[in-house]
Amino acid sequence: MSTNGTPLLELEDVHTYYGTIEAIKGISLQVREGEVVTLIGANGAGKSTTLRSIQGINRPKRGRILFNGKDIVGHPPHEIVRLGISQSPEGRRLFPRMTVLENLEMGAFQRRDRSGVHQDVERVFGLFPRLAERRSQKAGTLSGGEQQMCAMGRALMARPKLLLLDEPSMGLAPVLVERIFEIVTEINSQGTTILLVEQNALMALDVATRGYVLETGVVALTDDATALRSNERVRKAYLGLT
Amino acid sequence: MMERLGLGDAWSRVPARVRRGLLPLVVFLLLIFYPSYYGDITSAIGSSSTEAQLVPTVPTMVIMTVYVIMALGLNVVVGYAGLLDLGYVAFYAAGAYVAGWFATQQFSPHNVHILSVGVPSSIQGFHFNVWLLLIVACLFAAVFGIIIGLPTLRLRGDYLAIVTLGFGEMVPQAVNNGDNWFGHNITNGPNGLTPIDALGFGALHNEVSFFPSAYYNVTNAVSYYYWTGIALVVFTLFCCIRIRDSRLGRAWIAIREDEIAAAAMGVPLMRTKTWAYAIGAFFGGGAGCFYAIYKSSTFPGDFSLNISITVLAMVILGGMGNVWGVCMGGAVLSYLNYQGLEAVGNNVNNLAGTSFNVPQYTYGIFGFIIVLMMLLRPEGLIPGRRRRVELELGVEGGSLYDASA
Repeated sequence: MSTNGTPLLELEDVHTYYGTIEAIKGISLQVREGEVVTLIGANGAGKSTTLRSIQGINRPKRGRILFNGKDIVGHPPHEIVRLGISQSPEGRRLFPRMTVLENLEMGAFQRRDRSGVHQDVERVFGLFPRLAERRSQKAGTLSGGEQQMCAMGRALMARPKLLLLDEPSMGLAPVLVERIFEIVTEINSQGTTILLVEQNALMALDVATRGYVLETGVVALTDDATALRSNERVRKAYLGLT
Repeated sequence: MMERLGLGDAWSRVPARVRRGLLPLVVFLLLIFYPSYYGDITSAIGSSSTEAQLVPTVPTMVIMTVYVIMALGLNVVVGYAGLLDLGYVAFYAAGAYVAGWFATQQFSPHNVHILSVGVPSSIQGFHFNVWLLLIVACLFAAVFGIIIGLPTLRLRGDYLAIVTLGFGEMVPQAVNNGDNWFGHNITNGPNGLTPIDALGFGALHNEVSFFPSAYYNVTNAVSYYYWTGIALVVFTLFCCIRIRDSRLGRAWIAIREDEIAAAAMGVPLMRTKTWAYAIGAFFGGGAGCFYAIYKSSTFPGDFSLNISITVLAMVILGGMGNVWGVCMGGAVLSYLNYQGLEAVGNNVNNLAGTSFNVPQYTYGIFGFIIVLMMLLRPEGLIPGRRRRVELELGVEGGSLYDASA
């Protein structure tokens, strides 16, 4: 999808703490409409915390988070979902005792348009035919890959303007990882802006337009995805290449 | 053989809705007519025999309906939303005192009668229509639930349990000292509020003679209280089932399974939990009000911690989240509590020639039953569908899926 330059999401000097520990120390970033932006970095760099801050699950102590130009810091998560941000969280966090279909319906919790929700269920089943086969199976009994698909489908059910994906490739077999990233591209081409957190930097930079490299809670580097891929430092530290 | 096959065939052609509704309907009819065949059962056994003591009397049945309503209400909080509440008795007390305030002479010389039935207008104090009062008690308790809920529901799990425990202890204390709240006698302290106006249908009696103008006018008043209790149970059941299958019910289950994920899906946590509290309290208040009217009095001593624990045991024993199981748990435990244990004890003493004073050991025996149940059938008498899956999977949502950053 082509990007048209208006920033959909803007973080300005965001600081978030867990208790007294400062997990992110002044992050600024931008996601423009239509982009796939990736946050890469090692464990503990603050990637997930950034997503949780955007979603309102952890409230930043300082800084502004602008969505469509409006500051959303301090809004509870359900309002942020309604504004158009939804998330496939780290570790997937499905409702294990609900069926696949019920999980998807939970994703549409804020929506009242039944027919639209029904359409979107079909759309998700179109993206992930595996889920359609397992629609009445308990989510807790799905395989890792299926769970990831279910989590992404559930997030899509909110019909978000901005989709936050937290480590969609975690714990998956390489062939599935490729499939997941294909789907990320497909979702984006259907018109959803994506902010993608990944440890698998190689794959992430493949699908992304731009990237941010996080190190210990700050943005160490940012550039176009192609430029980052050929950056010496990134190649050494995150791509395992020389 | 052929004939049985044919019957089974016919049975399977009956719509599933009817088949599922049949058992509750039969049970309902059996319950409705209980007062009329109670005497036949006991006389068949031998009215004066110790065995006959095992048959629940109609007054016991009234108390069972009260506890079933409470268990169903607490089930909304504990079973549906997964919020551990150890102070449920507070709502029961709230309902009972609404009856105490608006259907006694407590606030004489004020003299306010609103559609009251069976109360001469010369009697002073607030006298509201008792049916109206049931609704007011439910609403008052629900508001009370919201007031308690707002500050406490931010807490999770164990912390919430402790805070509710505190509230459950505070309410009877406050009521006990309520004969002097800033110089006003509100609750009449340890002396309680009595007599509370009886239920009754007033002028409707002239149209349909089955409905007594006031329950004290009929000799089988206790049967009327029992039928009223059954009607309240049916209403509560209906509400519980409807709410469970609603959007709100789904949100409760989501919160129970994974609070953070529920929030990220757009479930407003505080509002949803507060609704669970309010609706749970609503039925607790109704039960309290009905019970106070039934025994025509309310005392601070009626609202001990024991009640919170017993009702929680009913929910767990019956099968958390399953309304039929919870009904069963409530009925069985309240029966044992008020009649069954003593009757069983008398029978044992009779047979074995011993002389145990069984009521003295009530809580010990209760504890034993609960330990036994949890070992043999941890999912409860009739487990909820989801709860059963959970036990089979052997997972606690958090541990498998939790990946807190």
